[in-house]
This record gives sequence, structure tokens and C-alpha cells, in this order.
Amino acid sequence: MRKKVLWALGLVALALGLASCAPHATQDTLKAQGPYAQQIKSLFVPVFWIAAAVFVLVEGGIVFIALKWRHRKGVNRTPPQTHGNTRLEIAWTIAPALILAVVMVPTIATIWSLAKPPPANALNITVQGHQWWWGFSYTDADMKTGYGTNAPISTADVMVIPAGRTVYLSLASEGGALNGGVAGPNPDFQVIHSFWIPELAGKQDVVPGRTNHILIQADTPGTYYGQCAEFCGLQHGKMKVRVVALSPIDWTAWVANQKLPSDTPTDPLATQGMDTFLNPLSGGRGSCIACHSIGGTTAAGTAGPNLTHFAAYTHSCFAGCDWNTSDTAALQAWLRDPNAVKLGSKMPNYHLSPDEINALVAYLKSLN
Amino acid sequence: MEGPMASVIEEGGRGLIRRPSATTGFWSWFTTVDHKKIGLMYGGSSFIFFLIGGLEALIIRSQLAGPDQHLVTAAQYDQIFTMHGLTMVFLFVMPMSAAFFNYLIPLMIGARDVAFPRLNAFSFWAFILGGLFLYSSWFLGGAPNGGWFGYPPNSTTDPSIGMTFYTLGLLITGIASSVGAVNLAVTIINMRAKGMTLFRMPIFIWMGLVVQFLLAFSLPIITVALVEMLFDRRFGTHFFDPTAGGDPILWQHLFWLFGHPEVYILVLPAFGIFSEILPVFSRKPLFGYQFVAFSGIAIGFIGFGVWAHHMFAAGLGPVANTAFGVSTAIIAVPTGVKIFNWMATMAQGDLHFDSPMLFAVGGIAMFVIGGLSGVTHSIVPADYQQTDTYYIVAHFHYVLFGGAVFGLFAGMYYWWPKVFGKMLSERLGKVHFWLFVVGMNLTFGPMHILGLQGMIRRTYTYPATLGLTFYNQVASVGSFTIAIAMLVFIVNVLKTARHPKGLENEDPWDARTIEWMTSCPPPVHNFDEVPEVHSLDEFWHRKYTTDERTGELIRIPAGAAPEHDPGHEAAAGHAIHLPSPSFWPLVAATGLPLLGYGILYSWYLVGAAAFIILVGFIGWALEPSVAE
Repeated sequence: MRKKVLWALGLVALALGLASCAPHATQDTLKAQGPYAQQIKSLFVPVFWIAAAVFVLVEGGIVFIALKWRHRKGVNRTPPQTHGNTRLEIAWTIAPALILAVVMVPTIATIWSLAKPPPANALNITVQGHQWWWGFSYTDADMKTGYGTNAPISTADVMVIPAGRTVYLSLASEGGALNGGVAGPNPDFQVIHSFWIPELAGKQDVVPGRTNHILIQADTPGTYYGQCAEFCGLQHGKMKVRVVALSPIDWTAWVANQKLPSDTPTDPLATQGMDTFLNPLSGGRGSCIACHSIGGTTAAGTAGPNLTHFAAYTHSCFAGCDWNTSDTAALQAWLRDPNAVKLGSKMPNYHLSPDEINALVAYLKSLN
Repeated sequence: MEGPMASVIEEGGRGLIRRPSATTGFWSWFTTVDHKKIGLMYGGSSFIFFLIGGLEALIIRSQLAGPDQHLVTAAQYDQIFTMHGLTMVFLFVMPMSAAFFNYLIPLMIGARDVAFPRLNAFSFWAFILGGLFLYSSWFLGGAPNGGWFGYPPNSTTDPSIGMTFYTLGLLITGIASSVGAVNLAVTIINMRAKGMTLFRMPIFIWMGLVVQFLLAFSLPIITVALVEMLFDRRFGTHFFDPTAGGDPILWQHLFWLFGHPEVYILVLPAFGIFSEILPVFSRKPLFGYQFVAFSGIAIGFIGFGVWAHHMFAAGLGPVANTAFGVSTAIIAVPTGVKIFNWMATMAQGDLHFDSPMLFAVGGIAMFVIGGLSGVTHSIVPADYQQTDTYYIVAHFHYVLFGGAVFGLFAGMYYWWPKVFGKMLSERLGKVHFWLFVVGMNLTFGPMHILGLQGMIRRTYTYPATLGLTFYNQVASVGSFTIAIAMLVFIVNVLKTARHPKGLENEDPWDARTIEWMTSCPPPVHNFDEVPEVHSLDEFWHRKYTTDERTGELIRIPAGAAPEHDPGHEAAAGHAIHLPSPSFWPLVAATGLPLLGYGILYSWYLVGAAAFIILVGFIGWALEPSVAE
């Protein structure tokens, strides 16, 4: 009996030992990189240690009791027929209640602290959850683009923020009709998502018909990883997102660049790609601009990601952030058949020829 | 005449068809109203569903054993994890608990059957047919794929047929559970043996009573939600459609207002089993019987007030989050009381670590971990990080695998000789236990870390760059360890099945409660003579007395242990009138899945199903009380 316990404990210890070899996780909730994630961590860690102490006491107690009073062969012992002890039982009803009451004080304080309205200088961004990618609109008055209808700066998959400044997110899920419950795909419907950048803040659901809010902040420039945390259909597992926090200088430059319309390519292949993008595809295959917009051109679709600055250095990933923008082969594979690389993607297969694909990739890569 | 038979009117009369009378043979299983046979069928069928749900788990763990694996597609994965959850909750733990309740409640309270034997058969048939209906979706266009929690609009707008099967399948099994709950609650309240006051009931019966009330009050809520979802999906209503004035959050409230009591529906039966086994194998009475009973009742009540802790990230606001954080913390208190009482029961005992005791103590030790991680959910801001991650998966598997599944297996090892008249192998039982403990900790332990490291739930794959590979590998190894443990159990069952019936000792564990005062397996009428109950742990008090001088326990020499006088038994058996078998529960229940298919495919089938149900109930009502 005791041997077996030791053996089991040994296995657990071995597993934990091996665990220390695990590489750095990029979505670690305990590696807080901003004040909001830090508040949560500062609350969780002490509670974890209290729970660990209770764990050791209770499990230790169980093991101790099991070993100390186990039946030994040949020893006939009559245990005392204790029916209970009211005082003891009241004590172990009240003691956990007291511990919990103590723990609830900072908990409630933190709930309210995280729900505080944003500081006056906060950057406002509206987050839209799509199946399966994230869209961001910078809704402040000084974040409007300098072309066309002066729409807000808008990006997809990567949210760029200034480091050290609070960002107030409005999680909106505007959607079309819910399809009336009748089977059949409807590109407009929206489902619940949950926006989550573990190193910057807890998660908050994006609920159709409601607007939720959450505060995030990154203390230092860098890239922070996250993904949709609420099951949202087929590619829920690949609905990723990156937050790129920039230093004040880089941020100013980024904003200035975003306010500009897209570059008009000079390279012939890219120019050919622009033609393909902006005009209906031959043979009635549809057109790119039905869903995508590219600032400064006639492309003004809103169902798909905004591609105005697709090749900006901050825009490191595409299509639910599961592929790197720098990966030409991935771009080509995506254009060849989006559903082959990401089953269920709302972007259909346009049966693009290899020439069209190469041209489109060249055009996309020119969109700084 | 005793118990339910008193209400049977002994007169002929004509029914629609002749009432069946066979109580043995293959076909008798389809017409039986014997709570023991129904309990066995519940147990056997839910065990098969457990194996199927386990296979689904193995596919999940194989897919996640490494990054970017494609053993199954995203579409298949969504169906598999949804069906894993539905199977384990609705088709394994609930009906397996129903198996224990069905078999044991009448025996433990000294009744000859449940209050409504035919209704009991109807519950079982509705459950099994509902389960088969749900599983038929695999062959009819795809299984449910929106998660067991089925959040709309994702579930209402999904174009495949699976989530319609989900609504209908859960409605059918919900009928089974509702009917069963009323039946068992009435049984416990009304049919206890002479002298068995409420506070002489075994804790298992107390927990059974609480569970039936939880079912009776929580199932209507999910029924409303499921009907609304069915209408959204099938008939174009907009209950959960925000673009037409509906609200997807409404579903979340309804689902979790059912879903959280459901957690206690799943785990309280195991608490009852722990509370029966610990005293027997400690040779001591349960410490603080009343505290344990009342804490179970308290859990039942508070369990209805914590549902929104599943929704802390949904944006309910700080007031709601504070309130539900506090209520979640409060429910930890009665749960803690139980654990301390169990420990005090064992302390100073003479602990015999036979398989039932191992599973009970191991289960409690595992449940403690799930309880502690559960308390961290009341730390609302921490839950903003942890909800919808593998941390939650780890938590509820420690509760449901560590608590409920360990409890159910503890119960199987404990009552196996009672039910089958044969002992399971102790050696294999211990192998099973240790593989279970190691396997479950390897599987679910690392998931705490995975969740804290940002691994989301319900993801069909993950990239190597997330740094989650190692712990996923550990978890996958663990899941196959559990699978091996299950093989050991199955071998144990098969080996035992080949033994001839008959125990050396009909009271193999030196038990305390009255179900052990009859033969193993019990006769069809349960007790030749229903014992009169004078105290809690009646059987124990008939076997032992306390020496007034030394306080030592003294075994009462003879006359207390159940004795078998074949002549007496036969005579008694003849005098006792038991309800006759009936076709009608099965007929009526058959209409339910047909109604489901009708709603999916054809109004004509709806009409036919309604007719069958109607005929079933009319035949049932007009049935003569005894076979001719």
C-alpha cells in the first residue's frame, strides 16, 4: 500500500520534472505584460497559494489518516464509535467560510476596479468578431483616414496599439439576419466570440446585439498573442489575433501611414494583380471587391478583412492570424482554395489561375 | 401486503391486449417493471455509453497529442467533443446514477419496488431510446456540433442537422429523467419501511432525494430552453436571434440555471456512495450524519444560485459578477463540510482498503482538487482569464471524473456482490484503481497548466508555437492509461461472470444498511420480511452491541445475520403480490424518438408517433392490474 503511494507520487514528480523542459508559452495568463492582466495575476497568485496550502493540509490529512488507521493483518482493533462532534463540525463549517470571506474582499475590489470607466486619454477601438477573424476600427476623431469618406482606420487580424497607453475596447458584434433557423449558409450572421489577449487582460465575450467593453494595456512595445476563446464554429481553434504595441515614435508613424490610401503599385506584376483585384473576374467568377476594401481604390466591401495596408510591417498575419503575411506559399495556397487550408472559410474558391494568384500576391505584398 | 402492492386492485378487467406474465427469459426484459431489472438495464446501457464516450475522448486526446494534427477534421472534432460531453453527462453519469437509485433505493428503504413501477420502465425506455435517437444523428447528416452547452447563435445558425438532434434528444432524455425523478422522490417519501424515519435514512437515500428534487426543478428550465432552440432552428422563431429582438444571453441564463444544478445532480449520488462506503470500511458510523445530510440539502439549494459563474466573461456587469462570485464561494462551505466529515469518519477507524474503499477515498482525494480549482472560479477576475480554457476542463474533470466516476465505480465494487451474488476480483480491482488514479492525474492534472498557459477549450488543434505540446502529450498518455484501467475492469467483470453464483458470506463487507439483510442477489420481492427499522445503520445494530462496561463492540452471536430458510422464503414469496410486467411503457416510449424523427422529417410521422404514444398511455391506463 505505502509502496504504491510512493510509486504514484514518484510518477507525478517525474512528470513535473519533465514539465520544466516545456518551452515558453505565448499566451501565458501568468506572464502579465500590462496593468490589467497584472491586477488579475496579483489576485490569482495569492489565492493559488492559499488553495495550495489547503490542498496540502486536506490531502495530507487524507493520506495520514489512511496510513495511520489502516487495518493491519492480525490486529483486531475496535474503533471508537464516534457519531460526531458538533463543536468540531461548526468549526470546520466556519473556518472555510472565514477564509473565503477574506479572499472575497480583494476579489470584489478587483471586479470593480477592472470595470472602471477608461481614463480620458484612452484609445478607443471597436472590435468585431467574424467567422473566423478579428476586425478593428479606430473610432477616435483623430484616427480617421485621409481619403475617401474619411472612415476610421481599420485593420484585420492584428490590432496595433501604443505601448503604455490604455486602450478601451468596444466589443461589438453587428450582424445580419440569423438565417431564420433555416439550414443554409448566410455570410452575414454573427455568433458569439470572446476576445482574449492573455498577457494583456482577461477575456470578454463579443455578443451579437450587445456591446461589451474591456480595458487593455501593454506596458512595453512588443507582440502579444491571443485568440477567440468562445466556441464559434468550425475554425474556432484558428481564430487568432495579435496585438502589436508600438513605442510613441513608431505609433505616430504607424497612424500617419494608416491614414494614407494604399500604394498604387509600379511593378507590372503587382499592377496586373491590382487589375485582377478591382475588376470582376473573367467568366463570372465574382470579384474581390465584393467583400474587401482597399483604401484609395474602388474596393469598398465590408464582409471581409480590410486590406489597405496588408503588407505593413505590423500586419504580420492573415486569415484568422493563422498564417504569416510574409509567407508567399501560404498566400498562394489561400488564394488557390481558402477552404482547402481552412475548412468552412467564408471566402469561396474563385478558381484563380496560377498567373492570377501570382499577380494578386504581388499586389497584396505591395500594399504597405 | 406491504408498500406499493397495497394499491394494486386485484381484479380482472380487460385491457387492450393480454398483460404479459413472463418474468424470466429474453423478452421479459422488455416488459419488466421490476426496479432491479430496470436498474440493471440502466447500468448496462449507460456503461456502454460510457465506453463510447470514452472512445470519443481517446479520439480527442489522439488529435491533441501533438500540434497541427489531422486525425479528424475540424468538423468531425466538433461533433466528437460535443457528443463526448453529451454522452458522459446525459447518457452515462445521469443514467448510471439512475441505475444505482433504481436498484438500491427500494432495497435501502425496505420497499418492494418503486412507487410507480410501470412509470419506472417508461423512464428507462425513454432514456435508452433518447440516447439511441441522439446517436442516430451520426448516420443522418452529422452529430450535434455546437458543444453540450449549445450557445446560440452558433448553434441556431449552424446549417447541419446535428443541433436539432441535440434539442430533440435532450428533450427525450429529459422526459426520462423528469419522470424518474418524480417516481423516486415519491418512493423515498412514501415507501420507507416501518421505523425508517427521515433521519434513519442512509445518506445515499438523502442524496438521492436531493438529486430527484434538483432534477424536478432544473429540467423544466432546460426544457423551455430546448423547445425555444428547437423552434428557432426548425420553425423560424427568433428567441435567441438579436437581429429580431431575441437574445442569445437568454439561452445562457436558462442553460446554466439548469446546468449548474446539473453538476450536483451528477456528483451528489457519488457523495451518497462515499458516505455509505466510508463507515462500512472504517468500522465506524458516519461522522456527523446530520451535518452531511444537511450540507447535501444546502448544496442543492445554493446550487440554484450560482449559475452565472459560467458567464463571468459574458458582460453581465460588475454587480452580477460580484453577487455570483460570492454565491460561488458560499457553495464551497457545505462541500467542505462533507469532506471534513468523511475524513473524521475515517480517523481512528479500522480502515479496510478493499476496492470500494480505495475508490471512495481516492475519489474524495481527487474531488478535493476539483473543489479547490472550483473555488478559484469565485475569484471572478481570475475567471476572466481561466474561463473557456483547459483550466476549466481540468476543473470539471476532477469534479466529475474524480468525484462522480470514482464514486460510481466505488459503488459498483461495493454493491456488485449484492446485485450479482459474486465478488469482483480484489486484485484486478486494485489494479484498476491505481491505473485510474495515475491515468486521471496524468490526463487532467496537466490541463490546469495548459489552461493557465492559454490553451482554449474546444479547439481541434493548436500550433507548436503556442508552447503547449508537452503537457498535451502527457494528457494523451494519461487518457490511454485510463483506457487500460477500463479494460482491466471489463476483464474483471467478464472473469467474475464466469464464476458460479453464490457468496461464501452474504454480508461480505460487514455492512450497516438493510439492503444487506436479504439474499444476494435479492429475491424478486426484495425481502421475505421487510425489517422494522429502529435506528440509523439498522443492520449494524442488529449485529453489534456495545459492552456497557468497557465500551467495546461485541458481535451479537447469531440470529441477526440474514438466514435462509428455503421453505419460509417460498412461502413468503407466494404471499407477496408484485406488479405484473407490461408492454405499455415500452410502447409509449417508442413514440418519443419517432416524434423526434417526425419533427425533423415528416408531419405524417409526427401523427403516427402521437398515435403510438396515445395508444401506449391508453393501453397503460386500461391495463388490468394483474396478468390473467
